[in-house]
Amino acid sequence: MTAVATSRRRLALGRFWRSFRQERAGMAGLVVLVAAVLLALVAPLFISDGVTSVVSGTGTKWAAPSLAEPFGTDESGRSVLLMVWWGSRTSLFIGFLAALLSIVIGMVVGIAAGHFRGWIGAVLMRVTDWFLVLPSLITALVLAAILGGSTATIIVAIGITTWPSTARLIRSQTLSVEARPYIERSKALGGGHWHITTRHVLPNVAPLLLASTTLEVASAIVTESTLAFLGVSSNKTSWGTMLRASYDFGAATQGAWWYILIPGLCILAVVMAFTLVGRALEAVLNPRLRKAGA
Amino acid sequence: MTTPLEAAEPAVQAAGSGDDRPAYRGTLKYALSKVGGALFSIAMVIVGTFFVFRLLPGDPVRNLAQGRNMTPTQLALERHRLGLDKSLIDQFFDFVGKTLHFDLGTSYEYNRPVLSLIGERFPATLLLAGGGLVIAVGLGIWQGQRAGWQRGSRFDQVSTGVSLVLWSMPTFWLGLLLLMVFGVGIGPIPGIFPTRGIESVDAPDGFAYVLDVGMHMVLPCLTLVAVVYAQYLLVMRSSLLEEVSQDYVNVARAKGLRDDQVRRRHAVPNALLPTVTLVFMRIGFVVGGAVTVETIYSWPGLGQLFYEAVRVPDFTLMQGTFMLITVAVILMNTLADVVYHIIDPRVRSA
Repeated sequence: MTAVATSRRRLALGRFWRSFRQERAGMAGLVVLVAAVLLALVAPLFISDGVTSVVSGTGTKWAAPSLAEPFGTDESGRSVLLMVWWGSRTSLFIGFLAALLSIVIGMVVGIAAGHFRGWIGAVLMRVTDWFLVLPSLITALVLAAILGGSTATIIVAIGITTWPSTARLIRSQTLSVEARPYIERSKALGGGHWHITTRHVLPNVAPLLLASTTLEVASAIVTESTLAFLGVSSNKTSWGTMLRASYDFGAATQGAWWYILIPGLCILAVVMAFTLVGRALEAVLNPRLRKAGA
Repeated sequence: MTTPLEAAEPAVQAAGSGDDRPAYRGTLKYALSKVGGALFSIAMVIVGTFFVFRLLPGDPVRNLAQGRNMTPTQLALERHRLGLDKSLIDQFFDFVGKTLHFDLGTSYEYNRPVLSLIGERFPATLLLAGGGLVIAVGLGIWQGQRAGWQRGSRFDQVSTGVSLVLWSMPTFWLGLLLLMVFGVGIGPIPGIFPTRGIESVDAPDGFAYVLDVGMHMVLPCLTLVAVVYAQYLLVMRSSLLEEVSQDYVNVARAKGLRDDQVRRRHAVPNALLPTVTLVFMRIGFVVGGAVTVETIYSWPGLGQLFYEAVRVPDFTLMQGTFMLITVAVILMNTLADVVYHIIDPRVRSA
């Protein structure tokens, strides 16, 4: 890359950051997000898998929040605070990887469907539409139930049920990019399919991909917790499996509101943070939306 | 009296043969192509279901038997009964043939035909999801258009904020919270509403029965509505925002119409069209919500049946319910496409 291009990209990035900072909700989301990710990353420095072990629970069962146990304890005396902290690793990990898988499939299919007109594009769109109409949660449940509930399976189940909307978005963007004159120039100079899609189309759709990845992580976290709650995920502690346990052990009838409230609030906070950042990114990247203020 | 009518009729007919017939024909062609697409999708669902359910690790008979002890003779008999001793191709055609005859197999758990189980559970889901959908659509559209019309107002900020929170909330968690607060009771609040099933054990007759079911429906319905209406609100709001800056809205204002009339008679009908389509397009989302809500409140509907099938797991039942729900969603989407084409002249002429 030439020095001119580098400095131009740096300038564009600076401009982008300045307009993103104007989005107050987006900035708030970003702060929560960074905090959540950092906490999840540093968790092994302070605690270990042991906090989720049923035998090592030291507190009394169903203890209400106190100074010693800020978020109370669960049905076997484990600290809800520590479990939520440890569980954030699974929830965020699955959320990120599932979103990544979904976005990568959506990107490849979308660019291919937009770039190769004719029967390849038509077939790809047909497949996309077919996946789009499948009820995603039901399909993910079936896949997870059949393939077993390991972390990898859950990621695959979420990834392959959520990619179609990204594919449609990217396809329409690809079509509009490819209608521009410089693509024709590139073709005239002998640019092949690979060159055009990776050097011209991809950089143009990349910002949109960033925005939809952020929104996708949010929905993947919700889906993961729902799948875990419905009991198809294996027993690794996540926010969803904690809520499942609170339901199984009758936390509501025990009056253990903290056991239901805390993991759910964590999901809500992280998902809202991702949603706010995603919407702010969309607003910054899409001037039409910014004008409408939606 | 008769003359004007007679005079008018040929004109109507002329207009009819001149304009309407091609448009009508276009709609029919469009509808047929959509129905064709739907049939293709349904065929793919059947084929896909067959192969996905054959991906199951291990021996299907042993999976069905749930680890119960079986003699080799019993295993062979069972395998023969299920047609598993045939080649994959033969099994495939058997499966397709049976499915097309609405034979979805026998549930291992209940030892009854899957289709009759589904038929039994369907009304409860229709009541819950249908009722919830109607309320959610009405509420979402009404609040969305008001928020969009007064963008930046207090009403807009509050309703958009609330719906963003609800949108980020997992359905099942909201269900758990409502169950704890209004079902079981917390602190000074006593449990008001029943939390399990669709009717009391000693269900009364007549009007009292309707009331009993209604009381059982409050919490599940509230949960479903809360999560579903948020997205309709957001869509209706942004769809109205698209219309607000259009020329025709300015014209309507310039004509001297009151603000309320501009909104109700001009902006809202136009903004309504994309929203209504979206309502049908996202029907799969409502179905997903129904599964979680029915699970939490033990609502005896299709969603709970599906959940039980996943939990056991009862693969025949799971397969049948999955196909039926998916086909229903595909049909609803197709219907939405066709209806949209009929009610929106702009799409028709394009």
